[in-house]
Amino acid sequence: MAGEIAFSPSDTYNAFLTTCNKAPYGTGKLAGVAVAVKDNISTKDIETTCASKILKGYIPPYDAHVVGLLKSAGAAIAGKTNMDEFGMGTTTENSAFGPTLNPCDTSRVPGGSSGGSAAAVAAGFVRMALGSDTGGSIRCPAAFCGIVGLKPSYGRVSRYGLIAYSNSLEQIGPLGKTVTDVSTLMGVIAGHDRHDSTSQDKPYNHTPKADIKGLKIGIPQEYFGKGVDPQVAAVVKKAIGRLEELGATTVPCSIPSMEYALAAYYVTCTCEASSNLARFDGVRYGPATDTKKSWHDAFQEVRGASFGTEVRRRIMLGTFALSSGYYGRYYAKAQVARENVRADFNRIFKDVDVIAGPTMPTIAFRLKEKSDPLSMYLADILTVPANLAGIPAISVPCGKSEGMPVGLQIMGRMFADERVVDVAYAYEQAVS
Amino acid sequence: MVTEKDVQHIAELADVGISPGELGTFTHQFNAILEYFDILDRVEGTGQAERDLYNVLREDEIEPSLPQDDVLKNAPFKEDGFIKAPRVM
Repeated sequence: MAGEIAFSPSDTYNAFLTTCNKAPYGTGKLAGVAVAVKDNISTKDIETTCASKILKGYIPPYDAHVVGLLKSAGAAIAGKTNMDEFGMGTTTENSAFGPTLNPCDTSRVPGGSSGGSAAAVAAGFVRMALGSDTGGSIRCPAAFCGIVGLKPSYGRVSRYGLIAYSNSLEQIGPLGKTVTDVSTLMGVIAGHDRHDSTSQDKPYNHTPKADIKGLKIGIPQEYFGKGVDPQVAAVVKKAIGRLEELGATTVPCSIPSMEYALAAYYVTCTCEASSNLARFDGVRYGPATDTKKSWHDAFQEVRGASFGTEVRRRIMLGTFALSSGYYGRYYAKAQVARENVRADFNRIFKDVDVIAGPTMPTIAFRLKEKSDPLSMYLADILTVPANLAGIPAISVPCGKSEGMPVGLQIMGRMFADERVVDVAYAYEQAVS
Repeated sequence: MVTEKDVQHIAELADVGISPGELGTFTHQFNAILEYFDILDRVEGTGQAERDLYNVLREDEIEPSLPQDDVLKNAPFKEDGFIKAPRVM
């Protein structure tokens, strides 16, 4: 240990679930830098709840691989950030411990599910934070709070110690105020880990470069079509114009599989959730009582009382979609649709280097604006394709609409995380 | 269309307790979401995209695991070094 930082922010946004008032740090690339960690990433000896009552009081006996890497780089773990329960949501309102407020406008949500991490960075409490992105959960709050967030290529960052929600889709990734900070944090967390069987041996040693002369950018029509707020689309088009001024060329393209992407995403993630969340019975950790009730009655009681509505909804949807007689209609079809999304990206990336569009179809919602689950799911339409395909995607602030931040999303070829970082950096440098 | 009875059955299969007061709302929302999922009926293709991925296998070697005390630390009910669970029968 090289020292300790005193960390006690005046957290009026409810960004943190736990703060480490005296956070030890070491030596290295991030020596003394306060980093916030989303509360679904295991931290040894620091409570980790996934913003769920079912994990209240749970103290992990080990560190997630990425947390070990942060500590080795000298970072101070400043605290654990608020989120939608188990990552299930787009607003951070599904936290069992109250919503996080958007520092840009406290009557609005910060986005989700990594809303606490984004708010903590946007409010200046920490320089950088870790989030996780299953269907947009890093990019959405980054866009809504006016900061930078990267969903790495699937496999580049270890998921060991990330409490699983939908393992075939999710990745841990960095959030920061600047592209440079995001790139630095990515450099710390990326690389092979033998404890994650999907981990790739692809470390990230990159310094962002702003030269994008000759870059070919695909502009998918679906990202500017129905459901996308025209003002948000206009801000993003202007930002893409800026990239053209820097020497990039744009090519129109189309992702026809987008029509099925959202349904494929929600079928896949709810099916995986129904399996992953079966472990939460309150018995090995959590709030079980010493009961005379039988196994199923006891579990239904503890899970009914300790899981929020959205979590129970997704577990039930997944259970239904995987049940006998429905598997072929939902899960199997969703996997075909997923491969079609991947095939569309493969085809487009033969002609272009990156794809650009808005991160979110609107600006941040007002608190309680999205009360109907389906309308909330529809907000994820522009972020889920990257998760289905596994490709890297970054959100960088590109202006405002109605006074609220808008995010420009850059998606790249599989494992070309460095490229999307460079494009975001080029844009950021040009406008700052 | 799923009925309240279907939703009750799924809730029991999934061991998520739902109260009688929630049943109507869940059923209504389920039907809206499943109607949206119906779009998947129209998906065409073989589900085979070009990919540069392969399985990575390793020997299944025994390694040290967490000490028993650490593993039991978070369990609310313990007895003689075991975790106490509800009765099965």
